[in-house]
Amino acid sequence: MAQTVQTTTADSSPVRSAAGDANRAATWRVAQRSLRRHWQLYALMLPGLLYFIVFKYVPMVNAVIAFKDYNVVAGIWGSPWVGFKYFELFFNNPVFWTLLQNTLVLSLYALLVGFPLPILLAVALNEVRDGFFKRSVQMVTYAPYFISTVVMVSMIMLLFAPRLGIVNTGLQSLGVQPPNFLGSPDWFPSIYVWSGVWQNSGYAAIVYLAALSGIDPTLYEAAKVDGASRIQKIINIDLPGIMPVAVIILILTVGSLLAIGFEKVYLLQNPLNLASSEIIPTYVYKVGLLNANFSFATAVGLFNSVINMILLVLVNAWAKRVSDFSLW
Amino acid sequence: MAATTSVKRSIRIRESFSDRLFLIGVYLFLVIILLIVLYPLVYVVSSSFSSPTAVSSGKVWLWPVDFSLRGYQVALSNPQIVTGYANSLYYTVFGTLISVILTVLVAYPLSRRTLFGRNAIMMFIVFTMIFYGGLIPTYLVVKNLGMLDTRWALLIPQAMAAWQVIIARTFFQVSIPEELAEAAELDGCSDLRFLWSVVIPLSKPILAVLVLMYAVGQWNAYFDALLYLKSASLHPLQLVLRSILILNTTTSGSMEASVMVERQQMADLLKYSLIVVGSLPVLMIYPFAQRYFVRGMLIGSVKG
Repeated sequence: MAQTVQTTTADSSPVRSAAGDANRAATWRVAQRSLRRHWQLYALMLPGLLYFIVFKYVPMVNAVIAFKDYNVVAGIWGSPWVGFKYFELFFNNPVFWTLLQNTLVLSLYALLVGFPLPILLAVALNEVRDGFFKRSVQMVTYAPYFISTVVMVSMIMLLFAPRLGIVNTGLQSLGVQPPNFLGSPDWFPSIYVWSGVWQNSGYAAIVYLAALSGIDPTLYEAAKVDGASRIQKIINIDLPGIMPVAVIILILTVGSLLAIGFEKVYLLQNPLNLASSEIIPTYVYKVGLLNANFSFATAVGLFNSVINMILLVLVNAWAKRVSDFSLW
Repeated sequence: MAATTSVKRSIRIRESFSDRLFLIGVYLFLVIILLIVLYPLVYVVSSSFSSPTAVSSGKVWLWPVDFSLRGYQVALSNPQIVTGYANSLYYTVFGTLISVILTVLVAYPLSRRTLFGRNAIMMFIVFTMIFYGGLIPTYLVVKNLGMLDTRWALLIPQAMAAWQVIIARTFFQVSIPEELAEAAELDGCSDLRFLWSVVIPLSKPILAVLVLMYAVGQWNAYFDALLYLKSASLHPLQLVLRSILILNTTTSGSMEASVMVERQQMADLLKYSLIVVGSLPVLMIYPFAQRYFVRGMLIGSVKG
């Protein structure tokens, strides 16, 4: 502690370089002492850190093949550089705008519906007295979260099946001619988004419920004394109380806007709805692994990752400015 | 205590008409949500216990019609599904073991305040949440390591997630006081021994959270298997389910029309039964998993 105080005062002195050297030497001493004292802890971390290097950082380096003509024989470093050739190829491809549009429509739709609904559910649950009813609602709404993507998609396909699906027979018995839910580009985004809401809202509400239970009870008592109605309490106490958590979740969601549920979209795809269901990640998979066009697919994927990172940084800066809450 | 109850009583009397109306609205909203979530689940389970003809003629809408276990008999006598089940159990048990060990070994040191460079290392890990190298570059790593079409491909490449490291680290920071570690150190206890005989026994809640998160993730995953595994004998259950439920691959040769019809009816029923069979392990642990999942989410949200 004393050391940091010393260094900060030294830093503001006119003799900059000397202070910097002293600073560095002090840091080095701290590092050495820590290494001697905790060498076992450093050793324990090695396998895990190695994991992150090999499976997360090496792929980032491997992504240079986006700027090369990758071929298996020459390898990643032996293949010739081609600059932005594959990026240009992608941007000039007519499929580019469709992919970008589909990806954005799907993720913004999911954000618009999927972000507020868990908050609504949590606030509603918070109004209800603890007991059997509340516990049942929670228990049932969490359950779909544990269903796998494959099972989820097959449930959608069974329930919305054109001939025997319960949704279609139900609509027919009401006298409505059901549309082809699974085989139409118009219905695909809604099927995707609302099934996601069905599956994840209960689980997503947990965090908000926790935030609500952490609100200082004296606030509610004060509100009662002032004669506030339930709605006023929700607006003036509940919503501000869950604000920090909501902002964090919003940032994380926006940060992964283009990295949306590839696995589910891929399973829901069929030739009939492809016009709205082909998104950047599914395209990368098909071009890259099914057609073995590695460099092109990597360029498309890199474009996706960079946009995601920019979005994350932007929304984080925005959150910091308007609400004082941010990821970093 | 007496004071609070009297406050409550006086407030209940003052609860206005509009507030009561609002509360009725809230209950109504929750009942509707409950029904919307519950109905598809009940429908699938009921269908799976019905007869093949009842399912394919659309007679089931709430409860099982012509109760039968035919769907389950056929599902469990399919060798593909049995192999898939065994593989999924293998991947879940060993994958979870590897994941939890690696995560704890990284997260505990990072929770120690006296560890030099812990913030830099944490940044190094968190950055992997922010930037993704991409599908193809990751595939190339797995390929170059010779893991393609081996069981390792499902155990190692997705073994850890930054998020789980954050959760575990936060737990250790909050629940294991730094003073305890320092006191142990003064008594000549090494870091390794402290981790093994003090930290681990005190950390059962976070171990449960990690086990459940990783195990559910591993059981439900299909995409890595699709990416890395060619041999059918290695396929996990989800991949088998995909080929039967979504791609509609059924082994059918040429046969008489009546047999064909029966087979088609059976295929419809089989899907419902398979959904139940495939989700069973997770649904069985879910009631008690739920408690730990909630706790895990809470620990995670302490830090944000």
